Formats: sequence, structure tokens, C-alpha cells
Amino acid sequence: MMKRNLARRLVQALIVLAGVTLLIFVMLRIVPGNPVETMMGEHANAETVARMTAEMGLDQPLHVQFFRYISSAVRGDFGTSYSLGKPVSGLIGGAFINTLILALFAAAFAWIVGIGCGIFSAVKKNRLPDRLFMGFSLLGISLPVFMAAMLLQYVFAFKLKWLPISGTESWTGFILPAIALGWNSAGQVAQMTRSTLLETLQEDYIDTARAKGRGPFGVLVRHALRNAMLPVLTMMAIQFSGLLSGAVITETVFSINGVGRLMVQAISGRDIPLLQATSLLATTVVILGSLLADCLYSVLDPRIRQERARTAGASASRTAHEMEG
Amino acid sequence: MNEKTLEIRGLTVCIPTEKGVIRPVNDVSLEVPAGSIVGIVGESGCGKSMTARAVMGLLRYPAKATAGSVSLCGRAITSLPEKERRKLRGAEISMIFQEPMTSLNPVVKVGRQVEEAIRLHMSCSREEAKARTVEIFREVEIPEPENRCGCYPHQLSGGLRQRVMIAMAMVCKPKLLIADEPTTALDVTVEAQILKLLERLRDTGTSVLIISHNLGVIAKVCDYVYVMYAGRIVEQAETNRIFDRPAHPYTRGLFRSVASLREGSGTLETIPGVVPNLLRLPAGCSFSLRCRQCGENCRRIMPDLAETEPGHKVRCFLAGKEGTE
Amino acid sequence: MLRTKKKQTKQVTDLLLQSQIGEEESFRVLMRRMARENKTAVVSFVLIVVMILAAVLAPLLTPYGEKDMDLLHRLAAPSAEHPLGTDEGGRDVLTRLLYGARVSLLIGVAPALLSLILGAVLGVAAGYKGGLTDAVIMRVADVTLAFPSMLLAMVIMYALGGGILNVFLTLTLVNWANVARVVRAQTLKLKNSEFVEAARIIGVSRDRIMRRHILPNCLPTLLVLFTLNIPASILTESSLSFLGLGIQPPNASWGLMINTGRQYLYNAPWLCFAPGAAIMLIVLAFNFLGNGLLDVLDPRMKKQ
Repeated sequence: MMKRNLARRLVQALIVLAGVTLLIFVMLRIVPGNPVETMMGEHANAETVARMTAEMGLDQPLHVQFFRYISSAVRGDFGTSYSLGKPVSGLIGGAFINTLILALFAAAFAWIVGIGCGIFSAVKKNRLPDRLFMGFSLLGISLPVFMAAMLLQYVFAFKLKWLPISGTESWTGFILPAIALGWNSAGQVAQMTRSTLLETLQEDYIDTARAKGRGPFGVLVRHALRNAMLPVLTMMAIQFSGLLSGAVITETVFSINGVGRLMVQAISGRDIPLLQATSLLATTVVILGSLLADCLYSVLDPRIRQERARTAGASASRTAHEMEG
Repeated sequence: MNEKTLEIRGLTVCIPTEKGVIRPVNDVSLEVPAGSIVGIVGESGCGKSMTARAVMGLLRYPAKATAGSVSLCGRAITSLPEKERRKLRGAEISMIFQEPMTSLNPVVKVGRQVEEAIRLHMSCSREEAKARTVEIFREVEIPEPENRCGCYPHQLSGGLRQRVMIAMAMVCKPKLLIADEPTTALDVTVEAQILKLLERLRDTGTSVLIISHNLGVIAKVCDYVYVMYAGRIVEQAETNRIFDRPAHPYTRGLFRSVASLREGSGTLETIPGVVPNLLRLPAGCSFSLRCRQCGENCRRIMPDLAETEPGHKVRCFLAGKEGTE
Repeated sequence: MLRTKKKQTKQVTDLLLQSQIGEEESFRVLMRRMARENKTAVVSFVLIVVMILAAVLAPLLTPYGEKDMDLLHRLAAPSAEHPLGTDEGGRDVLTRLLYGARVSLLIGVAPALLSLILGAVLGVAAGYKGGLTDAVIMRVADVTLAFPSMLLAMVIMYALGGGILNVFLTLTLVNWANVARVVRAQTLKLKNSEFVEAARIIGVSRDRIMRRHILPNCLPTLLVLFTLNIPASILTESSLSFLGLGIQPPNASWGLMINTGRQYLYNAPWLCFAPGAAIMLIVLAFNFLGNGLLDVLDPRMKKQ
């Protein structure tokens, strides 16, 4: 019964993915002007341009170009970069790993720091640690990524020289960018954790737990957190998209060779194949991420599991059938 | 055995607010003799739930018990450190709450929740705890107890959930069970069953303190009744006596309004006025503003609880006199 | 934080006292309540007004012209004559900040407004009409939301080319989907409320119901969304300009200032940090205001 739901969600995701691919493709082609001309700059003469255009298949009608693209894409061929002259798949491969590492570090930072601060704040509500942490989280939410990145770079890399200014030769090169990237998410997670935890602690079943004789720590961990974390987890899944947005900037500031920086280069170089492939990659990751998050939420919250089973039209599970007391 | 399971003397709970201190429980004294069911009745907001919470030690900040003592089977518990009190909760004295809907942790199976109560106070293995859970489910008449253990709260009906709550409260065989509006959220047929269950518990040695605004519930199962108004006890007597000869104008008003419903006399009798604002109580009797028999002194001087006949106390200057009703 | 303690005490008091909530509170009363309870929101509001005034009155507030170059004093540190220093062309940073405020504020407000209108119209249509309209609009919204915001903005900017108008358009297209989703959810809730049913029974036309009954009741939500979308737009534009993909010279925006200032990060950090701080301040201010509005309007929304 959960599988039917999963299948439905998967189909939806595929539709969105198809839409995204189409959108990217169309967006990039409606730019006026022949990309070949832009590529060749001053050296362009009508003959060479015409020849190259035909070679690259850019004179074909749009839908033909689209199908060609899709058919090569599924075979792993995303074309050749206009500006760098190399096959796109190769360029992306290495960059993807860097971005992935960066995103994972940032996410880990955001979640560990965010949840930790949130819990601590909720427990010590309205006292000094609470105000301190909430102040930090406010800073996190309002500091734009590029500011955080430049601040960190200036203070810790340039002035204090504790960490490298740019590049990823050693893993330490990921630390500052990860913090800059995850800073924003950490703030959001901290605030959300605090508020859901505070709300949860007002629920009736917390009273029941206390009436059973549970101590404050047990109540917190075994009852409150289990419920409070659910909305926080969904939020973390949504943030993934934001992490990719921020990666574009962080990679630029810290000169990390990642997908984000490639995208920026692709735009300045009017490099359609590269831009296309990076956009597709980014959105696919986001779509997969939210799919995963959805499934995770179902697994963790038994109420949702059952609600979804019912709405998916699966055969009525006996548990959905209310039994009289 | 003439021992008193619960003895409360002069209990007062204070809540500081921006507009002043309010006392939802004001100098309350009551007893629950061993092997009996005692009821506290009153309108919403009269302080009955607060009293129960104060006894359990479950008052929510900023409410605090500032005066009085509570003894369980002769042992003073208000002076105990929190750690000791926690050992008593769930084991010697337990409580069930009004809303079975929200009083159980929604993401934990009910079997596990009852097992938690067991393992908090008795050292035993998981299997033993599980077996004991099934046993207690059977005792509270939950059908198919083994299957039900694996259910989540949202999969059970209201009546079943309340039975689970009772099971959880009784599993360590407490001396006192406090039931705060145990049947208010249930429909009438289920209510009768739950009340019968409470009577059975009393017969097996647990004293029960029932809190309700429902006179029918009180009439059906209680041996002795306390009537509360604006934080104070205004009348107390054996059930028969209080229903035969209610002395306090408030109690009379309560009974009248219910009786008029049943007899279909055409007019719905009500007590004029609204629940008092605890910040603006008169210096004298709290009920004086709504009392039809309000006399000269009533508004200025607070009457004491005086015994009008053995076992029957009233807090009213005009009690015992046949009023103008 | 102190407010929360008061709030809690208030909750307890309300629990025990006969409360008189149940009356419809007019907008003005709500605003007054917010002013009373939420000092940060009030401060933010004042700050925003001050910033708008500063932007509008820029020529009066600074002796320097926006484009006045002074190559003898390039990259000067903050001093009495130049409170925020000078940039690589000797221009006064404070002046550029003030003139840049015009662009940044405009960039925040206009697309937020446009996306609000677009999102609201589509959201109500999707929610109320249901069926195919709903499915189509929601799929398009899904596709839009599947993109990380920066990436979507970058792709659209690429397609449209540079220029302020295109930046407006881009930001509108990036933000509308969120508004549409929220409005749709509210519409679905309102659709089943009694007064809408009553209107339907009398025979009010569908369009009129959407216009006269549903949309007005979404206004509190829309106001909050508007206030919270403004900082999002400002941030996206700053990020785009920072990457060189947004506003182009000779126009100036704070993001663009940071972009050009980046080269001099190590010897003239004020070039980056001044506009950066300005962006932060305005984003914070709008966020606080939006959250304050949310707090005050939320119970009202819950009731509906």
C-alpha cells in the first residue's frame, strides 16, 4: 500500500522533471541571436557560421533538437561545451563531486548546529542561552550567503590565516564555504526546532508522560523530540534547494570547482550545453531530494503513513477501520 | 481500615499575572478515604483540575503551590524533593486526563507506552513488561489485547483510548487514581462502561478521585462529593445527602439547572451571571455577586466551612435556612 | 523573548478568566496590538520608512553626486569626509549606497507586488475551479519550484538578457509559485466555508465569488507574503548582481557594488561590507515586520 503511493509520487516527480527539461531547453533557445555567432565573435563570417550551425544541428526545428538532446542525454552524452571545448559530461563529473561534498558538509553543519541550538534554546527558554542562540539564528537567516562567505573569508582566511582562502586541495578548503553555505539553514532549523519543541512540550501527552513518572530528560528525548522533529525534517528537505542556490555563490567566492561555478561560467560564456546540463542536474537532485524527504516523513509518522494509504485508494487496511471500544 | 489515601490541607496555588496574583486553588482541604470514590464538581475554571495537578506535582509554570500540604497514605509528599515525587508518580498515585485523543503520544504504539509505565517503576525485562501489558489490557476490558498492543493511538476509538490511559495508570497498582473529566470526551454509552470500570478499580483497592463538571457522573459513582467555586470548597457531603439536601446556593443552582432539563418544566433554569474573574473577587463570599439569597454580610465577609450536619459542611452564612427558593 | 513569557502568562490568565475573544477585530485594532506587543516589528517598520526616505531624499542628504569621481582619493578608508570611504573611482560610498537604495528597494517591492498579484490570481483560480485548471497551474508551479531559486533566476536572466526590466520579470517569475500555493491552500479552506456556500446557493457567479468573497479573505495572508517576499527579491537580485548577472553598470545596486568591491576585499573591505550591511539591515527589517504581521494576523486567519 505504501508502494502504490511511492509509485504515484515517482510518476509525479517524473512529470515535473520532464517539465523542467522542456523549460530549460526552451528558455535557452529563445535567446535571440545565433549562439555560434556569439561564440565566434569577430571571426564570424556568414559561411563559417552557416556551416557550424548545420554541424551542430542548430538549424533544425526545435522539437527535433529536443528529441535529439534527450536521446543523447539518456546515453550520457550531454554535448560539448561551447566555451571550453570539452564534453560536458566530463566537466560535470568532477565538479559534481565537489559540490556534493560542499553541500553535505554544509547540511551537516546546519543540522547539527541548528538542532542542537534549537533544543538548547527551547529547554532554557527565555534565559541567556536562549536569547544568545536565537540572536545567532537571526543572524543566520538575515546574512546573505555572499556576505557570510566574504566575511568568513576575510576574517578567518585573510586576517587570521587559519584556513585556506580558496580552492579544495585539502579538505580544510571545504570548511569555510560549508559554514557560509550552511549558516542560513542552521538559523532556520534552530528557530523551527525551538518553536516546534516548545509547542510539543505543551501537548497533553507530555503531561501523561510526566504523570507516569518520567524525568525531564526522558520526557524531552523520548516523547517531545520524536514529535517535534517531524516538521523540522521536512524543512530540512526543502532547504536542500536553497543549499544549491547558495552553492553557486559560495563556489564563486571560494573558487571551488563545482557545479554552481560551472553554471556561472556557462552563462557568461553563453555556453548552452553546459548550462543545460548543469541546470538539469541541479533540478534532478532537488526533485529526488524532496521525493526522498516525502518517503522519510511517511516512514517516521505513522499517522501520515495511514492517511496516505487511505487516500491512495489502497484496499482498506484493517487498521484504518475504527474499532469500537 | 480507616486510613486516608489522600489528605489535602489548606492547599493554595498562585499564578502571578501582569494584573496581579490569582489563586485558582485557595485554601482547599479534602480527603479521599481508602477504598472510596470521591468527586470534585464545579464549573470550568473553578480550580478542580489545578487541585489535581498540584497533588501530582504537575503544575505548569507559572503556577505554583504556595501553601498547604498533601499526604498520600499518611506520608507527606509536598515537601519531598522532585526526584522522590517522580518515583511516586505512576506507581503510587496516577492520573488520567480528559482528552484521550491528545493524551497519548501519537507516534508510539500504545503497548510501548504502557510498557514504559511498567519499566519506569519496576525492573523487569521487555517480555515481562509486554506480558503484563496484555494482562492489564484484558483487565480493563480491551478486546483482542495482544493485537491492540501494536496499535497507534489514532487507530483506536475514544473509548478504547481512555481504557488504554486507565491501563497505563493502573498497571503499577497505585493507591490513588485521579481521573480528570474521564468521560467528558466520550459518548454516553461508553461513559457508562468507563464508570463501571472505575468502580471495579475501587473494589480492587485503588481509591479514586474524580473531577467532573457533570453531575450525572458524580451522582453515579461517587461516595463523597466536594463542590468547588472560584478556587474554594463551598460544600461537601456524602453523595446522597448533597443531592437530597443541597445547602449552598451555588450547589442548589447547579442541581436546579440540571433538573429543569430532565423534567422539561419549560424554562431552563440558570445561575445568573458568569464565571467570576479571579482578579476581581469580592472581599466576602465569591458567589455573592450571583447569589439570589445574597445577604448583608455576604459580600464583605468570607464565610468559613461550617458543619450543618455530620459529614456535611457548607461555606455560607445562609445555609441550613430554607431560603426564598 | 520577554514577550513570550508575557504571552504565556496571558494564555494562562485567559484560560481561567472569561475571555472575550470572539469579536472580529478590525485591522486597525490588530495593528495597534502589534505595535504594543512587538517592539521589534515597530522598530523595523520605522527603519524601513527611514530607508525609503533616505533613498528618495538622497540628493539632499549628501554633498556628493552619485557619479562624482575623485581619482586622487580612490579607495580611501572611512573618514570624516567620507563616512564609508571611497571606491575604486574615488566615489563616495555612502552616496552610492543612498542612490543604490532606490534600485534595491524598487527591486524588492515591484517584483514582490507583481508575483503577489500573479500568484494570487492563479492560486485562487486553481483552488476554486479545481479540475484541469488546478492540475495545470499546480504542475507549472511544481516545475517552477523544482528549481533552486538562484538557478531559475540565472536561467531566466540568460534567456531574457540583462536590464532592470528583465530583472523585474525574472524575480516575479521566481516568486509567484510560492504565493500561488499558499493562496490555493487558503482558497480550498474557504471554499467549504459557510458564507461561500451561502453565496453559491443564492446563485452568485463563480467569478464573483472568487473576486468578492475569497480573495478579500486572503488579504491578511497576502500582506504577510508580500512583506516576506520583498527581502527574498532583494536577496536574489543582490546575489545575481554579485555574480554579474543582474543589474549592469552604469546602473547601481547594492549587489553590484559588492561585486565590483570584491576585487578590493583585502585592501578596502568597506566597499563590500557597507552595502552588505545595508542589505542585511533591510532584509532583517522586512523579515521582522512580516513575522510581526504574521503573529498578529494569524489567529484571525485561523478563525477563517
